[in-house]
Amino acid sequence: MSPQERPIPSPPVNPETKPFWDAAAAGKLLVKKCSACGERHHYPRAICPFCGSERTEWTDASGRGTVYSYSVFRRAPIPYAIAYVTLDEGPTMMTNLVDCDLDAIRIGQAVRVVFKPTEDGPPVPMFTRA
Amino acid sequence: MSIKGKAYLAGVFEHPTRKADTQSLAQLHAESALGALADAGLTKDDVDGYFCAGDAPGLGGLSMADYMGLKLRHIDTTETGGSSYVIHVGHAAEAIAAGKCDVALITLAGRPRAEGMATGTAPRNYGAAAPDVAFEYPYGPTVVNQYAMAAMRHMHEFGTTSAQLAWIKVAASQHAQHNPRALLREVVTVEDVVNSPIIADPLHRLDCCVITDGGGAIVVTRPEVAKRLNRPLVKVLGAGEAVKHQRGGKIDLTHTGAVWSGPAAFAEAGVTPADVKYVSIYDSFTITVLITLEDLGFCAKGQGGKLVADGNLIAGVGRLPFNTDGGGLCNNHPANRGGLTKVVEAVRQLRGEAHPKVQVKSCDVALAHGTGGSLATRHGSATLIMGRE
Repeated sequence: MSPQERPIPSPPVNPETKPFWDAAAAGKLLVKKCSACGERHHYPRAICPFCGSERTEWTDASGRGTVYSYSVFRRAPIPYAIAYVTLDEGPTMMTNLVDCDLDAIRIGQAVRVVFKPTEDGPPVPMFTRA
Repeated sequence: MSIKGKAYLAGVFEHPTRKADTQSLAQLHAESALGALADAGLTKDDVDGYFCAGDAPGLGGLSMADYMGLKLRHIDTTETGGSSYVIHVGHAAEAIAAGKCDVALITLAGRPRAEGMATGTAPRNYGAAAPDVAFEYPYGPTVVNQYAMAAMRHMHEFGTTSAQLAWIKVAASQHAQHNPRALLREVVTVEDVVNSPIIADPLHRLDCCVITDGGGAIVVTRPEVAKRLNRPLVKVLGAGEAVKHQRGGKIDLTHTGAVWSGPAAFAEAGVTPADVKYVSIYDSFTITVLITLEDLGFCAKGQGGKLVADGNLIAGVGRLPFNTDGGGLCNNHPANRGGLTKVVEAVRQLRGEAHPKVQVKSCDVALAHGTGGSLATRHGSATLIMGRE
């Protein structure tokens, strides 16, 4: 484990979100898209938060995005960067920025997804410099 | 139906403790309740409406009504984090206006210090059934690093600086020096704030509020009750509440729900920001104050840094005196929920009972604002405008 890594808690998986985590285990990032209104959203829901339709579908995301905001948590035992990344597909998601110089992170940087193992659950999507 | 003038803030109380090693949580609620009732000149037998939030022990309102021996015909346990109690005042006024109760009691209490809680720096987990938890908790979101991301984005979009944010803490400390019960009474400078250790970029230790035990209570009554009590008359002029969330991933960290709760409260009160002589603004962190003041219309979006700088928030010095008790940044943040004490200090100002060194002259209109939850991504906003009669 490199100095900038910390143990990642496992995400609780439920039937509504299981496909997301199955895809994550296969190294793929999914985004929910509504067939009724066409909007994509995150975190994934069975019911579209924009129009209320139950016709939501899993779609592949490119795994590319830009840093919307971030903060390096200096006080933590192992400092880490929490961030919001805006995916090329539209939605902005909470994540960590990893495998990079924490002091060189800037808003607007292009990033790409990497999957990181958790304590005893599926891997979670994080991002690194593109 | 409007609540303007339909309800009065007849009693307020801020529990004097800042570390409650010898009291239970229920006891702190009840001590706070008795304090506010005594301040009003009422007793617990006058109470027929009760309001509390997630900090109340056991079954919440049921457990506290049982503990205190209240006979109720109205109960409301609206939970919006630290903003709950500001919302409760508005809801109490609604209930009174609708004839559902005559004397409403609102309580808050907590003992995070005695319990050794890492309030701002330990990742919060509200349970596996929280719909967001799988998509947030693995990333280590804490109170401080989430608010820090809002600060970082605000700096990026508008050029806000750490020195400007520091002025908010400086103003709070200028006020706290006059409050013998404030946890932090030492006056600090902009340099002190920006040279304090970074907790989560860009927020420093002195950008963060205190962790304290204690509590507080508010008694809201119908006008006929308030007018036979021997206390200065402070009435509800307007209230607004809102919930801001992630909008399905269309996240915007530079606005809060105050952009909705503020205009609603001002419209009901029939006043504008220019009429407000004193503001109590939830100050979990310095950035919370800056964004809220923008959203409430005290300046244009992005201009908050200029508004708060150079002592503009200091009573007797600046044009917008705020948090004259020292606020959450210096005085008290009981139970990690600062909304109730915001109302308490606003009532003190309207009564002319604030410390003489920080009392605002001719304080006839005051505003209290609560922000509870994760700033801009999942929080309650509550704006309350009060007037002296």
